[in-house]
Amino acid sequence: MSNSLDAYLVLAGLLFAIGTFGFLARRNAISMLMSIELMLNGVNLAIVAFGAFITGLKADGSAIALMVMAVAAAEATVGLSIVIAIYRNRNTPLVDEYDEMRR
Amino acid sequence: MPRSLLTILGTLTLIGIAVALPIGLAVLGLLRFGDDILFFVLAEILIGSALLVVTMRDIIRCGLAMIVCFGALAGIYVIAGAPLVAAAQVLVYIGAISVLILFAIMLTQTKSAPTRLVFQTQAVGAGIAAVILAIVIALTVGSTDWHAVGQRVHTATRDLAAVLFSDYVLPFEVVSVLLLAAVVGGVFLAKQEEGGPS
Repeated sequence: MSNSLDAYLVLAGLLFAIGTFGFLARRNAISMLMSIELMLNGVNLAIVAFGAFITGLKADGSAIALMVMAVAAAEATVGLSIVIAIYRNRNTPLVDEYDEMRR
Repeated sequence: MPRSLLTILGTLTLIGIAVALPIGLAVLGLLRFGDDILFFVLAEILIGSALLVVTMRDIIRCGLAMIVCFGALAGIYVIAGAPLVAAAQVLVYIGAISVLILFAIMLTQTKSAPTRLVFQTQAVGAGIAAVILAIVIALTVGSTDWHAVGQRVHTATRDLAAVLFSDYVLPFEVVSVLLLAAVVGGVFLAKQEEGGPS
């Protein structure tokens, strides 16, 4: 099982689907950011699996995965500081109460 | 407390199934001992803790389950033959992003925020969509003929360094500038404005 690409890809797909569910279903902005991290990790797992199994890609998979990781860190920094800034104005972390522009 | 007893019994049953499944599969010969068992157990931990992240009520526990999830994923990277990515996963995700998220949780949670309504009203639809997405991905993976696939190869750190600092040197520098910009932007956004709305 650990020697077939399909197992890794199905696992990555499951992780991505779980992240999708969390992003769509949770009310808390930080929970949504955590779900985005899950989805990014799923994609990263797929990249690493392709890099490990496709003979033409020697170390490219790992290099791209490291780039994705750095971009994910940047995304988490900016996203969390936006959540903190909104929380300071609205005093709630729940996204369905951010309805200023709808009223 | 019949409700909490039920919860404990359900949890124990799930853990029992999770422990018995790899052993059973190994006895049946579907899993080879060694890497396969390790991969299966890590995958179970990964999926289980990811489900806990998106379903648990207490958000700080969600953050802690996320750390477990990242750790299991680092183990899977090691099995996939990418040890440097696994090390970076531990350093970046478990070390940095988890701490960032836990601090953000501590800064933004109030007692007045209701904990019983953790899901939006569209949660059922979201669940159905996620299940369909997982099934579609699994079917696509299963039905595609990956003809370029060979044996699993181990990525030597020396090769990775050579590639990273020759072919990928421009993206590497761009990513470093991006990280700098993101950190400066994060500090600017999260900083308390003087004289502004508190």
